[in-house]
Amino acid sequence: MLLNRLFPSDPFNELRREMDRAFGAFLPRGAWSCGVEAFPAVNVWEDGEALFAEAEIPGCSMNDVEVEVVGNQLTLKGRREALQGEGVTYHRQERGIGEFTRVLTLPVEVQSEGVEAVLKDGVLTITMPKAEKARARKILVKAD
Amino acid sequence: MTTTAMERANGTKAQSAMTRGQRAPRFVPRVDIAERGDELLLMLDLPGAQPDGVDIDFERGTLTIRARVQPRPIRPNLTPLYCEYGVGDYERSFVIGDEVDAERIAAEFRDGVLTLRLPKREQLKSRKIAVRNG
Repeated sequence: MLLNRLFPSDPFNELRREMDRAFGAFLPRGAWSCGVEAFPAVNVWEDGEALFAEAEIPGCSMNDVEVEVVGNQLTLKGRREALQGEGVTYHRQERGIGEFTRVLTLPVEVQSEGVEAVLKDGVLTITMPKAEKARARKILVKAD
Repeated sequence: MTTTAMERANGTKAQSAMTRGQRAPRFVPRVDIAERGDELLLMLDLPGAQPDGVDIDFERGTLTIRARVQPRPIRPNLTPLYCEYGVGDYERSFVIGDEVDAERIAAEFRDGVLTLRLPKREQLKSRKIAVRNG
């Protein structure tokens, strides 16, 4: 599945994705079940001071998404509506609709008060300062 | 030949030519296609695309959407921990029949979703043809 995202235009990935989609159709139609992958896909980085997470959630505005941080757990929740209105017929549906929830366990504890989240053009970026005890600290090497 | 040996042989111009030759990864965006009344609607997921970097071409019945996406490092010198997706340009083509009026295609880009409205061509009105007594 990681390969799926790194090399998406590879023809073998197309086949794999079609198979995922074919099997996905037989699973109970939960939220965002456009396959068997977790949604949304998340990238996480760190430096000495903080953890950074990024997720792509196109079609969600600020009111549609919730970010929660408790200890070392990050929860992303949101929803996306289908087209409303009368007389709408779908010919093809590849984008998921409905609610999604994803819980990530972070490698270190973070300070929930200092967490910031920004949503722009469908990309959610979350900055989480590490808890004091988890920060990198320079240790002076003393000559003996 | 190692890279440095090639660089030395070709000079710095070749180096930039090599980096220019490397293409950004290209992704196929997911699409929803729906019909509502007199128009076809295409909704494409293009998160991270720049609104002014989206190219929509309609030529000979084929609609092609290309979007440029700039790499977006949050900060320099971060260590990656988890990498579930890549960031790159988007491209996808659709063959649209000629029942679409190309002149009136409208596009809107919001929250990373590109919505294309393709109005159907007005049907040719039927005409009564008078028979002249010639």
